[in-house]
Amino acid sequence: MDGKIDIQILDTPLSLDECYDFATDPLCGSILLFVGTVRNHNKGKDVLYLDFETYKPMALKEMETIAKECQDQFQIHNIAIHHREGKVNILSKAVVIAVSSVHREEGFQACKYAIDNLKSRVPIWKKEFLLNGSYWVNSRP
Amino acid sequence: MEILCFGVSKDIVQSSKLDLSSNSIGTVGALKAYLLNTYPEFRKYNSFIIAVNQVYADDSQDISSNDEIAIIPPVSGG
Repeated sequence: MDGKIDIQILDTPLSLDECYDFATDPLCGSILLFVGTVRNHNKGKDVLYLDFETYKPMALKEMETIAKECQDQFQIHNIAIHHREGKVNILSKAVVIAVSSVHREEGFQACKYAIDNLKSRVPIWKKEFLLNGSYWVNSRP
Repeated sequence: MEILCFGVSKDIVQSSKLDLSSNSIGTVGALKAYLLNTYPEFRKYNSFIIAVNQVYADDSQDISSNDEIAIIPPVSGG
């Protein structure tokens, strides 16, 4: 099924409207939005903010591949995936995914597939800054 | 041969780029062995991956100084 893809890595606040507007399609009766936000705690410790580092050219390619896989596997139409880089404060959006589909079920599946694969495959790293230090998430010995 | 470093690998080698003059490293597996020997701290992380030309690579893949090579520690986007 033909659809549009919009992949971006931004050092400015992410826009729900931009992702939503990109995904809209007259053929589609469903738009799913997933938003990953920065929470103020992890594993019992207070988190002050995050800093995202990206291997940008590869991350963009890998996000594009995931978007295409979503279109191939779940018959969705349009998909936008926007991710932040740099310092991101508590409550801010770290990632936004918007998916349009004719019916809702394939949209839910595609949204889950997209965020699960983004978290496991896309070369982006978050560093958590705590009151007493900082560390790379998933990279503690 | 220039190796790009990200996340914790940047901390381990204390640079965002690693310049290897050794021509004896011809495969991804050989590069991993070199990194583990030279920077024992990598042994704490059992899942760092090498990307060649922005694609995840197997140990058997050949590499040369013309390739864009990157150390990919466990990712944590989203």
